Amino acid sequence: MTDATHADTHGHSHGAPHASRRAYVIGFLLSVVLTAVPFWLVMTATLDATTTGVLIVGAAIVQILVHTVCFLHVNTQSEGGWTLMAYIFTAVLVLIVIAGSLWIMFHLNTNMMPMVDARSS
Amino acid sequence: MAAKATTEALEPTFYLVNDEHHHEPGGSTLLGFWIYLMSDALIFATLFATFGVLSTAYAGGPIPREIFSLPLVALNTALLLVSSITYGFAMIAMQEGRLGGTKFWLIVTGLLGAAFVGIELFEFAELIHEGATPQRSAFLSAFFTLVATHGLHVTFGIIWLIVMLFQLNQRGLHPENQRRLQCLSMFWHFLDVVWIGVFTFVYLLGVLR
Repeated sequence: MTDATHADTHGHSHGAPHASRRAYVIGFLLSVVLTAVPFWLVMTATLDATTTGVLIVGAAIVQILVHTVCFLHVNTQSEGGWTLMAYIFTAVLVLIVIAGSLWIMFHLNTNMMPMVDARSS
Repeated sequence: MAAKATTEALEPTFYLVNDEHHHEPGGSTLLGFWIYLMSDALIFATLFATFGVLSTAYAGGPIPREIFSLPLVALNTALLLVSSITYGFAMIAMQEGRLGGTKFWLIVTGLLGAAFVGIELFEFAELIHEGATPQRSAFLSAFFTLVATHGLHVTFGIIWLIVMLFQLNQRGLHPENQRRLQCLSMFWHFLDVVWIGVFTFVYLLGVLR
């Protein structure tokens, strides 16, 4: 409701989307949960390490999406969809760079000469 | 060559004239700034990748569990998260044309950001005091590069925020200032998004390892 009023008064609904208090509060509450739970899981060590790892990475991905939608206001309408296109393109590049580097370097490590753990040597 | 020219000449030519959008001055600034942020995200992606590759290269030095203090990181995360919503309140005050409210929330955001940088510098000082310097191992080099690059971004965000407070004091909420505040809003929220990656992949997964 307030969004529509703002779009009318400013006269450019295609430009930067306008913030609403509701989006910020929802985003903030979700972020608090998605931050507190991973910290709690790691600090109390309630679950085993693998499950905790999967859960905190999942929480991080969800929280990044929450921030993108609620705080950065990325949606299909803003700037005629170009904001979203640039975002998706960057996300793909980021995934390729990070996952690709880890994958290649992991294989290099395992294919190189056997290394004794640095701490024990 | 000649054949190519003929086929080209035979093909009908279309011109797409796309002027359905009326562009006001500075109308493309926000999109341009967004694209800058996306390129900044790529810088952080390479730093995250470097850290990921070197995250177990301890060289006999300290391991994450020994040097990271999670309560401190949790406090820093909370500061940055709260500063995100206080910046949001500043934007809402700006949309409603309330200059006083905008300045108040900007100051709160700036103070939270300054506290974040202060705690991070304290953490770095502690680490260096314990001998966990960037020179100690590849893991620590990658750690300091990644986290300090983020901290430097926050520092520049605070400087920008202070400049905006002076601008608001002198000129008020005119359209140019509103546009600048929207850019700073994207910058600030973007840094919070990067921090999600830092506390998850560097600190939490590091302590878990």
